[in-house]
Amino acid sequence: MLDLKQNYFGLFGLPLAYPIDGADLAQRYRDLQRQVHPDRFAAGDERERRLAMQGAARVNEAFETLKDPMLRARYLLSLLGVEMDVTGETTHDTAFLMEQLELREELEGARHTADPYGVTARLMEHIDRGIKALVARMSEQFQDASPERLEQARENVRKMQFLKKLRYDVELVEAEFDEAE
Amino acid sequence: MALLQIAEPGQSAAPHQHKLAAGIDLGTTNSLVATVRSGMAITLPDGAGRHLLPSVVRYAAEGIVVGDEAKSAAVDDPLNTVQSVKRLMGRGVADLKTLGTTLPYDIDGSEAVPRIRTRRGEVTPVEVSAEILKALAKRASETLGGELTGVVITVPAYFDDAQRQATKDAAKLAGLHVFRLLNEPTAAAVAYGLDQGAEGIHAVYDLGGGTFDISILRLHRGVFEVMSTGGDSALGGDDFDRVLAQWIMAQAGLGDDIDPVMQRRLTRLATGIKEQLSSDESAEIHLELPNGHWRGSIDRETFNQLIDPLIAKTLAACRRALRDAGVTAEEIEDVVMVGGSTRVPRVRERVGELFKTEPRVDIDPDRVVAIGAAIQADVLAGNKPDAEMLLLDVISLSLGMETMGGLVERIVPRNTTIPVARAQAFTTFKDGQTALALHVVQGERDLVSDCRSLARFELRGIPPMVAGAARIRVTFEVDADGLLNVTALEETSGVKTGVVVKPSYGLSDSEVERMLRDSIAHAEDDMAARRLREEQVEAERVVEALRAALAQDGEQLLDAGERAGIEQALKHLIETAAGENHLAIKRAREALEKVCEPYVERRMNASVRQAMAGHKLDEFEEK
Repeated sequence: MLDLKQNYFGLFGLPLAYPIDGADLAQRYRDLQRQVHPDRFAAGDERERRLAMQGAARVNEAFETLKDPMLRARYLLSLLGVEMDVTGETTHDTAFLMEQLELREELEGARHTADPYGVTARLMEHIDRGIKALVARMSEQFQDASPERLEQARENVRKMQFLKKLRYDVELVEAEFDEAE
Repeated sequence: MALLQIAEPGQSAAPHQHKLAAGIDLGTTNSLVATVRSGMAITLPDGAGRHLLPSVVRYAAEGIVVGDEAKSAAVDDPLNTVQSVKRLMGRGVADLKTLGTTLPYDIDGSEAVPRIRTRRGEVTPVEVSAEILKALAKRASETLGGELTGVVITVPAYFDDAQRQATKDAAKLAGLHVFRLLNEPTAAAVAYGLDQGAEGIHAVYDLGGGTFDISILRLHRGVFEVMSTGGDSALGGDDFDRVLAQWIMAQAGLGDDIDPVMQRRLTRLATGIKEQLSSDESAEIHLELPNGHWRGSIDRETFNQLIDPLIAKTLAACRRALRDAGVTAEEIEDVVMVGGSTRVPRVRERVGELFKTEPRVDIDPDRVVAIGAAIQADVLAGNKPDAEMLLLDVISLSLGMETMGGLVERIVPRNTTIPVARAQAFTTFKDGQTALALHVVQGERDLVSDCRSLARFELRGIPPMVAGAARIRVTFEVDADGLLNVTALEETSGVKTGVVVKPSYGLSDSEVERMLRDSIAHAEDDMAARRLREEQVEAERVVEALRAALAQDGEQLLDAGERAGIEQALKHLIETAAGENHLAIKRAREALEKVCEPYVERRMNASVRQAMAGHKLDEFEEK
């Protein structure tokens, strides 16, 4: 039986490193679920089914965390002894914050433009580029893993939180456009 | 190559090891039962060859009737004939108003759960559904020649916790072991994916009688991964009928105050016209009114205009599901059509436009869900230990808790893969606070009042502390059926409380158990009544036959003593048959038959002699 107590990286048979190959991760996920999923134990007794449910839930949680670059970074930081305050900390990088404000203004104005979907698509591209750049930087920082570099990674996680929130809001606005169509 | 070889030579389980399992599609309009036989998933017909069982239950004076017979009585006996009960599952009395349809039943709204008044007493939607499930399970076990070890029952992906729980309660009431509640679009994907060996990203558009679901799935070597799902659990073909019926009413100058019989007749008329317009360009309408007839006609274009707003609602849900899955319409390989309402040409046309592909209708849209459920049931029963198939489904509606100011704190967002366990910390907001009320809601809106209230419970016995010092950890667990279980723990003291979420308008466990006891008691009553009737009929038959015989030849063949013995036993049987003890009747009849044995023998000999009298032996030998 699978050792569910190990950390998410260990559970997926991966080294404690930040870069991850998405397709490989998805394949590992499917293989793990084949072992633990409750459907495998539907004819089993109460205890087996209970364990299967907990196991599958743990594997799902691990997959959610590992596949998301922001959640993965935060999780890896905590394994390396850097606990982030999920709600309470934010970046103080003024240039970054100014840029975020501008992007938000653009989103607010999208509905009044001739091509609102064009605006949101451009914003999405911008966000994805930003996240990719942060992932590249963090990969180096995690590889070095000195206290200073991890502190820089932490700052990048804070920035990524902004970008993720913005992406979520762009999706909400797009959903509003859909409804209005 | 098939994605999954259904029958692998040499690997199929020996017949005696094969566990009987079935998939049940418990639909709004029709229900089906399917099973895997000799490696093939098939839907099972009734004795008359009908696969679809109309989801109609009639509480008739002589007993409960399910299916076609009930359906044909629906117009004449609307108050005792329950249709589309799926729409009421897991709903509270207060919800009924928002369902959009006026129900032609007499509903007792005095309690949280709606109760339908019938001539056989009040029934809840759960009990009505249980009757449909019983009928299907009976069909399956009779066809398969044994009891079912378990079933997979399909539910709309967009069913909330209360609706799922109600479905499971109905199964429990019907005496069925539920392996799994399976989302309908996922079931359809299983049937379709295994059949076609499909890979890649697919959409399942499922428009039934009363529910709409859209699911986006990724198929990869036997793993069906639901990426997103959406829909409306109160939108379906019934609504097409409703808007059409309203149009007819307006055209015919009818007011809103029509009686239930008229309402049923109109609905049935509208259903027929809708179906006709699927093949014809226009349809004649002939409506009988109390004061005469009304004739009219409708063309398909007009009908399309009537239903377009409803179809638009489904398309908005499709766009949201695509967005949630993070894919574009172009990335969808195929869109599979499920549910009877996808027969409407306008639906296919609009769905095709959105997904930019011709919708797939390879498998009968009425049966595809039951077939998928049967395949899953076969796997879950353990009949296919080497099966590659694995279904990874999601929760379709976000789960959250009420926080200060009536806002929702989302704990499990929609489209999270299940099973899932999530914990959230809460704290006290007053000094010395010893209890905390927790309110669990489901839905996508930010305000508690806009979401569905699932349950309220209270964590008591928190040690008095300053405000904010207590650490209350609330854990949400959603199992593979999509059912929620919530536990709360005060971490500094270890005070624990748990609830299986039972909505305030759902049925409590004890209610379900009472119904279960009642139904078993009733089943015993029913069986005893049937046995009694059978014995009485048999006694009558024997009494009549014996009297006729005695009148004919009793004098010649019996002496006075024998005659008196028979008469006494006969009298005893007549008296006993008037009572209600079927065993006593049986014994009295057997006693009479015993006494009559010499008489019966003599009669036979006499009749043989009589038959041969006057004939020569060789006449018989020639034969």
